Amino acid sequence: MSSSRVSLRLLGRSYLAFVLAPEAPFSDWLAELDARLPRQSEFFTNRPIIADLSSLIPTASETEEVIDAIEKRGLRLVAVEGVDPGWLPSRLAPLPGAPMPAGMFSPDGPTSQMPPRPARSKFDQLAEEKKPSSLLLEEPLRSGQSLIFPQGDVTIIGSVASGAEIIAGGSIHVYGTLRGRAFAGTSGNPKARIFCNRFDAELLVIDGLYKTADDFEPELLGAQIQAHLDRDVLNIEAFH
Amino acid sequence: MSKVIVVTSGKGGVGKTTTTAALGAALALQGKSVVVVDFDIGLRNLDLVMGAERRVVYDLISVTQNQAKLHQALIRDKRMENLWLLPASQTRDKDALSEKGLTKLMKELRGQFDFIVCDSPAGIERGALMAMRHADEAVIVTNPEVSSVRDSDRIIGLLDSRTEVAEKGGRVEKHLLITRYDEARAGRGDMMKIDDVLDILLVPLLGVIPESEQVLRASNLGQPVTLASPLSAPSRAYTDAARRLMGEAVTMNVPRERHKLIAKIFGGRAA
Repeated sequence: MSSSRVSLRLLGRSYLAFVLAPEAPFSDWLAELDARLPRQSEFFTNRPIIADLSSLIPTASETEEVIDAIEKRGLRLVAVEGVDPGWLPSRLAPLPGAPMPAGMFSPDGPTSQMPPRPARSKFDQLAEEKKPSSLLLEEPLRSGQSLIFPQGDVTIIGSVASGAEIIAGGSIHVYGTLRGRAFAGTSGNPKARIFCNRFDAELLVIDGLYKTADDFEPELLGAQIQAHLDRDVLNIEAFH
Repeated sequence: MSKVIVVTSGKGGVGKTTTTAALGAALALQGKSVVVVDFDIGLRNLDLVMGAERRVVYDLISVTQNQAKLHQALIRDKRMENLWLLPASQTRDKDALSEKGLTKLMKELRGQFDFIVCDSPAGIERGALMAMRHADEAVIVTNPEVSSVRDSDRIIGLLDSRTEVAEKGGRVEKHLLITRYDEARAGRGDMMKIDDVLDILLVPLLGVIPESEQVLRASNLGQPVTLASPLSAPSRAYTDAARRLMGEAVTMNVPRERHKLIAKIFGGRAA
């Protein structure tokens, strides 16, 4: 018999979930989702989704309907926020101790509103903004690889292959050809931008607003570009 | 120092097995002791291309599961005494290959051969990962077409993360071998340009193997092309590639697309 003991490894892992926040009227929102889903279905496959129902303010039975409608579309819900956790099946209840978004019901008083979060002072915000939060990758990103960095900016010295993706909380800089997908400002930052030396991307997203290859102006292909949001419109411009 | 080289591609049908046989024989012709190992368990082919299909008794699985000794499973080539084949099992499932057994086997092979050339199955599943697991170097076989190039890119990512060398913080040395390069089609512009393939994959070029009937004929005769017709264009390209793998500096003639030039002459309408 072998005397060596099997070692038990406990590894921590964090991953990015996407938040869907349905708006009232729900049927309109659902129709919009259906219109977009066929083009995005591949993207949502096996992605953890959190439904934030705080702006929908549904009743218990409506909550059930919303969950049903979302899951029926093949989206993989991992949690529902913004409603009384008691209304949810246990698999979708937010974890105890998890940070709750504003406007959420507290578990011990199902009907009482959570106290509003204390407003942060200007100073706190500045301190937070000063924290260096960027990631540098000095090699190409290969097909099938995902680089996820919700904390801030990503700079890649190399190309991003077709079928690869970068998901950044801040801006994305690619010193090479961008052939894959780029998601900038995913932590809710409309000021995030995407830059690349050569543009041949499959998908660009900034703060949830996106353009697919079908929407790109053909003359931009191969150009050095930047993409940014201008009042909820994703603009792609070539540098001259 | 022995070297483990995996011949891999992601996509099927691009010429991994042909390349394994041709490179293995070319290395043996240069005087190295070589074993070619078939990792395509359940769909073995390397024995056919090596012309040894009637001599298979034991295989990779029987050795890794301690049902046979390595020397019982190794098949010596009839044409060259320093070229050997370790066949895959045709009847077993690829899950029968245990990581522990494979580690022991590779150690044993390293003690006996200068070059261990592993023929990877297609795909990115367990079989392909096992084939690359112990590699020091990789030959990435790519056809000049988009799907093959993308699959190769995927495999390169795995070579950088799922090999033993990579897990220890090292780097598998990678070589790109473009196979089935058709000059006529390249001239018409209906094939990817070599420069574009290199631009996407960013891996040093080991060689360009021209599409040739000789390759197909050799495979059907059960002979590595480098032994069947050593003076043919593909054989010479494979031999040069083998010498580069041995560390020799061999000048390379990369076929640059002629249509570019023609287009320039006729008014530069190249896209």
